[in-house]
Parts: sequence; structure tokens; C-alpha cells
Amino acid sequence: MKVTDIKELEKIANNVRISIIKQVYEAKSGHPGGALSIADILTVLYFNQMNISEENPNSNLRDRLVLSKGHAVAALYAVLAEKGYINKDELKTFRKLGSKLQGHPDMELVNGIDMSTGSLGQGLSIANGMAIASKMDSLGCRIYCILGDGEIEEGQIWEAAMTANKYKLDNLCVILDYNRLQIDGTVEEVKGLDCLRSKWDSFGFNVIEANGHNIEELINSFELARQTKGKPSIIIAKTIKGKGVSFMENKAEWHGKAPSEVEYKIAIEELEKSIVK
Amino acid sequence: MILDKKIATRQSYGEALAELGEKNENIVVLDADLASATKTSIFAKKFPNRFFDIGIAEQDMMGTAVGISNFGKIPYVNTFAVFAAGRAYDQVRNSIAHTNANVKICATHCGITVGEDGATHQMLEDIGMMRNLPNMTVISTSDDVQTRWAVKEISKIKGPVYLRLCRLATPIIYDEKFIEENNIKFEIGKAIQIGDGTDATVIGTGVTVVEALKAQETLRKRGINIRIVDLYSIKPVDKELIIKCAKETKKIITIEDHSINCGIGSLVCEILSENYPAKVIRMGINDTFGESGKAEELMKKYKIDAEAICNMF
Ligand SMILES: Cc1ncc(C[n+]2csc(CCOP(=O)(O)OP(=O)(O)O)c2C)c(N)n1
Ligand SMILES: [Mg+2]
Repeated sequence: MKVTDIKELEKIANNVRISIIKQVYEAKSGHPGGALSIADILTVLYFNQMNISEENPNSNLRDRLVLSKGHAVAALYAVLAEKGYINKDELKTFRKLGSKLQGHPDMELVNGIDMSTGSLGQGLSIANGMAIASKMDSLGCRIYCILGDGEIEEGQIWEAAMTANKYKLDNLCVILDYNRLQIDGTVEEVKGLDCLRSKWDSFGFNVIEANGHNIEELINSFELARQTKGKPSIIIAKTIKGKGVSFMENKAEWHGKAPSEVEYKIAIEELEKSIVK
Repeated sequence: MILDKKIATRQSYGEALAELGEKNENIVVLDADLASATKTSIFAKKFPNRFFDIGIAEQDMMGTAVGISNFGKIPYVNTFAVFAAGRAYDQVRNSIAHTNANVKICATHCGITVGEDGATHQMLEDIGMMRNLPNMTVISTSDDVQTRWAVKEISKIKGPVYLRLCRLATPIIYDEKFIEENNIKFEIGKAIQIGDGTDATVIGTGVTVVEALKAQETLRKRGINIRIVDLYSIKPVDKELIIKCAKETKKIITIEDHSINCGIGSLVCEILSENYPAKVIRMGINDTFGESGKAEELMKKYKIDAEAICNMF
């Protein structure tokens, strides 16, 4: 069931944020910052864009998502739970011994996860392979791949960008989570983010820029990508790391730590208030 | 054994792959700008739509293969062993082995017998690196016939495989007559015993099997009877045969075109120390990089040829 109502999608995205905070708090570890920054993107993909069905989760005809920045998996679990792939009670087991919900996505364990990731820089190559295979058999699948802006410091990303261009993978849509932060600080400080648009443009991508927290803009961007033929697309989604929780926003320190009890309560309160709005 | 008809296992591989491509439409081949050396060019010519040259981007090639395999196809990825196992190790570990991806990593130019290209191109650690990975099957073939068998056989395994191939042209071991006389069958998880001498067991893999067979012949004339084990299936490995040979023979020698520290010598030691403690002499490259030279010269210098085996007696 495709959700088209913007307000409804915003509500789902906010629930996803609450779930991220709960998972990380329960686990006492995890990556809230980069998960919160893709909550809107994943919500739009899974509830509005991707051709998938809970009844037939393994259909070869389904669209695929490669969450290349696998550390943000709490966001994916939250969305999959909203979609009914994962039992919501199970979210409490995130990162715990014996759980299906591993610290990084594991396709062998969770229905609805299309690729295991965790070692950064590898997802775009895999998404390319999926896009190539879909084209070989004219299956018509669209392949989505979410990259971190720190992640693209990995050389393999640019190897893969050349491959996507070579094979004109117009069924591939990359989303760059442009939150400007990585672990050691800003991407600018750590490695530099110059000419992001022209880099991807010169590698042969159709570059679309969007506010990664504006549902309507995201939908329009995905539609633009869908209509673009003969080349792969990338949506450079401007986001805020930690989006929705005031004290986590734009703070590198919230990349990979769990909130204390007090912080948890404030975070949940803030997010619940934004639902009412 | 046909000593005068030599063919490199990479050549057999390329030809067999093209044949397999005819029978199985799901076979897809990827290379990293080495198609003429890995011999996938034969497949590429026949099936251009199922061949992908990813360029000099081995890490990207591994990942691309994973994505293709997720759609039910069977990718064979090809490059030199030093790049397949070394350059792209993290991709092989995390994207292929951990996900149990149905990807066949066919690595040519293994070992010191790469020859003239020298140390940077002579992969001496790949057996250890690959057999350490859960889900990975590791095969190292010793001649043309066995390689052709392996190319087909690994397509039936559901999961990742590392196939170790050589640049050097070597004699055909398993011609029809030899197979019949020695009652030989290829099977993943099994090793082949050739001869039943009790003076020693010489366990080889890849290019060293022929050397062991030559040594067997020479030693016979000196009244020393050894048996050979061709350890082509490195993982899973035929523990029973190794234990049986240790019980039945006075000496155990392993010989490999690979580091002695993480190759079949180590593997045999692991098996025997737990099951039937015995002294094992490990012949191979001893904690050193290789160098340029002719393959035969290097085998002599690094003592992985028939003469070196004979000198052990
Ligand atoms: C190959 C690799 N190196 C290092 C890490 C450790 N690591 C995990 S997340 C991260 C920072 C990622 O930054 P970014 O891609 O910007 O992600 P986001 O800001 O969206 O969380 C690092 C270095 C890793 N997972 N993989
Ligand atoms: Mg970032």
C-alpha cells in the first residue's frame, strides 16, 4: 500500500525517529545520528516509492535497497517494523545476543533486507550488480543505494561510480546523505567535500539536489530520477545528522552513542511533540 | 600422466568456462582488465552480453558480482590471485563470504611460479586467507583435466568458492589411462591418493603435484616408495585420507607453491596434531617474498620441485 499523503508520511517518519531512539537506548549502543538523518528518506522509499510487497517479500521483481552506510540500520529496522516485516516487540533485541537485529544489516537474518553491509564503501558496487542483473533479464527493478558523505571518501565508491556510468544504469538511484559529519568531525575537516555536485556530474550521474527532510521534495526527486534515462541518478540530500532531537542535531559526538535515561526522556518528549504538530 | 603435453590451468579454465557458459545461461563472467591473461577472453568473445569488464577495480568487481548473484545468476570473477585475495580481501570477506554469496572467485597467477613479474605479483598467502573465511570453499587444481572438472563442479555449489589457478604450463596428470589405472574420482571434500608406498606421503596441491609425481618415479629407482596425495579440495578437506596416510607411512611431507605458514602444510599439521600427532615436514615458501625469474628456476631456488623432494630422502 502506497502512502501518498504528505502528512501521513511525515507522521511515519517521526515514528521511525522515535523507534530509532528507543532501539539505541535499549541496546545502550548504536548510531543515532546517521539513522535520524535518513528517517525521511527511508520512509519515502518504503512507503511511497519502492515496489515491494510484504506478502511476497522475496519476489525477484521487487525494488531493492542497499543501505551502504550500514551503521544507520536502526532506521531501516524501524521502517521495516512499520511495514510489518519485523515484529515491533523484536526491536528491543537490537544488538543483543541471539537477535536477528544485528548491529549492521544482515540479509540472511531479516526478511526485507536486501544486502548485508557494515564495511563502508562497498554498497554502490553491489547496487550496480543488482541494476545490471535486473537489466540483463529486463525485470524492471529499481535499485536504491544510500551512501554517507563520509563514506564516499572510500576509493571503491568512485570505482563503482565509473561502473554505473559505463553500463548506463538508469535503474539505479543513489541517495547521498549529505549531513556534513562523520566520526572525527566535519567531512570538510576530515577530508574535504569540495565540488560534490560537479564530482558526481563528471562521473556521469544525473545529479539532483534536495532537502532530505522535506517529504514532498524527496518524492519529486525520486520521480525525476525515475524519468531520467541513459544514466544513473544521485540525489544529494541535504540532511541534519541527529535530525529531530535538539541536542543531537549537527553534533558529531552523537554519531555512535546511546542517550542516558535523562537524555532519552527528553528526546522522546521532543519527538512526540513534533507528531502533534 | 602425459609429461610432454603441457597446459596451464588458467588456459583450461578459460576454455572450460566458455563451454560451461553454453550449457548454463546463468553463468556471468567479470574481469578486471586481465581477460587475456585470465583467459576469460574466450568466454567474452562467445557471450559478450554476459561478460563485464569492470576495469582495474578489483574491489568494485567483487561487489558487482555480489549484486548480480543476488538475482540468481552465477558470477565467475577473475583476476590475479594477488588482487583477488589481497587487494579485495575486505570485499571478499564482508560482501561475499559473510553473505554466503554465490560468487566464484577464480584467481589465476598464484604463487611464485608467476615468474618474471616478481614479488608483487606472486600471491603466497591466499590459501590461508581464503580457508579462514566461513562459507568459503577453496579449490586448487593441479592439471588441465581436474581444472575442467572444477569449473563445472563449483557452479553446482551454492555459495562462494575460491579457485586457485596457475600461470605455468604443466603436464596433464589425469589423462584417461591414468584415471582408469589409479581408479581416480574427483569430488569436493576428497583428496586423491596416488600410489601406496609406505616410506612417505608427499602431499601437494596445484603445480607441486606433478613435482611429487616426478619424485615418486625417481625415488622408486632408489628403492624408496612414496605415495602422493593431491590436495585439490583444500576446504572442505579430506581429513580421513590424511590421517590414514599418516598412520600408514613413515614420513609426511607437504609441498606447496605458497607460504608454509598458512597453506596446506599448516592445514595438515592442524589435522594431524589433533588426530594423530606425527612429524610433518613443510616444503614451500618460508616467510619470504618471491622474486623475478623463470618459474622453473624459482621452483628450484625455493625448493618446491621434484629434486627438492628427492633430497629429503
Ligand atoms: C571501511 C570502514 N571504515 C571505517 C568504518 C567505521 N565507521 C563507521 S561509521 C563511520 C563514519 C561514517 O560517516 P558518514 O558516511 O558520513 O555516515 P553518517 O554521517 O551518515 O553517519 C566510520 C568511519 C567502517 N564502518 N567501515
Ligand atoms: Mg555523514
